[in-house]
Amino acid sequence: MTAAAPHTGPELAKVPLGPPAPASARRGGLHRLLPRFLPLAPALVLLLLFLAGPIAYCVFIAFTDLQLTGQAEESFIGLENFRRAFADDEFLDAVWLTLVFTVVSALVGQNTLGLALAALMQRASRPVRTLTGGIVVTAWVLPEVVAGFLLYAFFRREGTLNAVLDWLHLPTQNWLFTLPILAVSFANVWRGTAFSMLVYSAALDEIPREITEAAEVDGAGGWRRMWHITLPMIRRSIGTTLMLNTLQTLSVFGLIWVMTRGGPGGRSQTLPLFMYEQAFQNSLIGYGTAVALLLLLVGALFSAVYMRLLRTEV
Amino acid sequence: MRPTAALPHVIALALAAAATLTACGGGSGSDPDTLRVSFKQSTDNNIKVMDTYIAGIKEQFEKENPGKKVELVPIKAPDAEYYTKLQQMLRSPKTAPDLVYEDTFLINSDITSGYLKPLDAYLKKWKDWDQFIGTAKAATRGEDGRIYGVPDGTDTRGLWYSKDIFARAGLPGTWQPKTWEDVLDAARTIKKKVPDVIPLNVYTGKPVGEAATMQTFEMLLYGTGDGTSDPLYDKNSKKWITAGKGFEDSLAFVETVYKEKLGPEVSDALDPNVGTRVRGEWLPQGKLGIALDGSWLPQDWLEGSGHEWPEWSEELGLAAMPTQNGQAPGKVSMSGGWAWSIPAKAANPDLAFEFIKTMQTRANAQKWYIANSGIAVRKDVAGDPEYVRAQPGIKFFTDLVSSTHYRPAYPAYPKVSTAIQEAMEGVTTGDLSVREAARGYDEALKDATGNQVIEK
Repeated sequence: MTAAAPHTGPELAKVPLGPPAPASARRGGLHRLLPRFLPLAPALVLLLLFLAGPIAYCVFIAFTDLQLTGQAEESFIGLENFRRAFADDEFLDAVWLTLVFTVVSALVGQNTLGLALAALMQRASRPVRTLTGGIVVTAWVLPEVVAGFLLYAFFRREGTLNAVLDWLHLPTQNWLFTLPILAVSFANVWRGTAFSMLVYSAALDEIPREITEAAEVDGAGGWRRMWHITLPMIRRSIGTTLMLNTLQTLSVFGLIWVMTRGGPGGRSQTLPLFMYEQAFQNSLIGYGTAVALLLLLVGALFSAVYMRLLRTEV
Repeated sequence: MRPTAALPHVIALALAAAATLTACGGGSGSDPDTLRVSFKQSTDNNIKVMDTYIAGIKEQFEKENPGKKVELVPIKAPDAEYYTKLQQMLRSPKTAPDLVYEDTFLINSDITSGYLKPLDAYLKKWKDWDQFIGTAKAATRGEDGRIYGVPDGTDTRGLWYSKDIFARAGLPGTWQPKTWEDVLDAARTIKKKVPDVIPLNVYTGKPVGEAATMQTFEMLLYGTGDGTSDPLYDKNSKKWITAGKGFEDSLAFVETVYKEKLGPEVSDALDPNVGTRVRGEWLPQGKLGIALDGSWLPQDWLEGSGHEWPEWSEELGLAAMPTQNGQAPGKVSMSGGWAWSIPAKAANPDLAFEFIKTMQTRANAQKWYIANSGIAVRKDVAGDPEYVRAQPGIKFFTDLVSSTHYRPAYPAYPKVSTAIQEAMEGVTTGDLSVREAARGYDEALKDATGNQVIEK
């Protein structure tokens, strides 16, 4: 209360003591305005307590050398954690793997595949539509850990994929070991495509039939219609989907943790896994938190690019 | 814009409410009649050794102390995650239990963090403390010379081998390798003659955590050189030693095991639950020739443990881990162990020490050593023929105490251990050569110890 006191003093003084005139009622005092904001108070308390509070605390400890164990007292060390990150090869590897993971699974995989599925489903017969939609959405509804285990079982040495390859007389390998980042990227595509598909299905339904028909009459083929009519018209949906896919993919932890634990030898260790390892396995909470903030920055960069794409409206 | 002027009030009010809410959240551990005891539960659902033992002590304690209640707070997690969880609990008086189970390898680190309470005042008045052997007491002593935990046993390490697989491979029924090469040769023979089993398991890499460092790497490293000084830490200069020849040779041993495919598949070896598979699956089902592992394995095979395997003493042989080239003293072992400690933020420390006393009466201590295949740290129990006879293997592992080593469990040790695991993982996957891994260790060591390193 004390922090707000300097502002309140003069304002309260201006409030007339007698019955307020209608004009000054709008200006109001604390006693009149409070009821208006009162319904907001619980939400505000919750936001401050559970959202703003932890974030502020998180930003603060990113600038300290706080450790979980082996330290008598933590101290404020300024930007040291960030300097350390950029000199740390493991961190730089993790950034690179995160970018690969995001581009392969979110941009190329989930997004393109989702659009393709949505476009194909528009023309498909009703039973095919229902069936495909059902299967794709099932992958999305599964809990992350369950999806992780399923794909672990699919890719592992004795797994389904190798059994199929073997049956086709193709060479098999331990996918989680030889190509871990591709295996987890595929897993993320498998799991996340449904979301893009649903958004794009809705967007495609919104395109007025006349426009497509007009283009058809003008002799535009399937690809040309896609390029000149469909894509420009669902541009906003593309932007939104890209942004949501990217942000979600950047923070994928459970899927990779279950499948590879970031291994072998850190070859599928994306930033969230690196952060977990530093903070909780190496006990370097301060450093781990700094990495978390850097991850936030990567997300912000991606978002900025998409916002820019969205702004150049037709 | 007058109406917004009320916003600061609302925020201030909200903050005040938030503060009040936070303030009344605590107090869960402040009931003076309830003792909260935290311990590590096995990740194998069938293993209930600790659960059964603690439940028995709880019953006895509640009977002897009417009106007091014991609340058990088991933490079910692999080692590394158990430590993390525990440390998080110890940070706040609201979550800190009254009694915790601490690995002695981490105890110094947690002492430095101020998580634990010195027990000297209690120990002075407890005459049983004189029964504890000196090395065990040293394991829970902080750098300030005070004692922070009561050890509940120690352990040693050696080679377990399957007599059946040895017979099928044409190897001797009683086996005692003299050098590392003897161990590798036996594994090579098994690989050739009995191709469907894993010849040799040595833990490796970060997923396995401290087990890789201690059960494998240090069992090798402390068997290099002349064995008179600690190869990791120089006591005189109080500095950590960078990777020398012994270090590289030890890494080369690990590399050989996985390069020649004498060990499990690399992907299995780097699975954090590989230890559970070794004890619950590979050894009992005859799928593993030789295991370099700890003295506690039979606790998983005892009656009431879930997968009983009373025949293990017939089917498995025991051999001491040899030194690198057979140099004196010829064999090597490492010892660690766990201890009961009282958190600095415990609500009922006095009651907690009473619980320790109940756990560590001579009878209960003996019961525990036998139940968890531990090596006794109480002299009166160690000398008791009933204890020695209670389980095959106890004599073998107790005899190893004479040639055992203790880890330099200083505060930096957990991070040094992680650096070792990283080097091991590098040579296991083949990502790094032995030399590269050793140089990587040197770098990580400087980081972990604040540059307190020395070349030797």
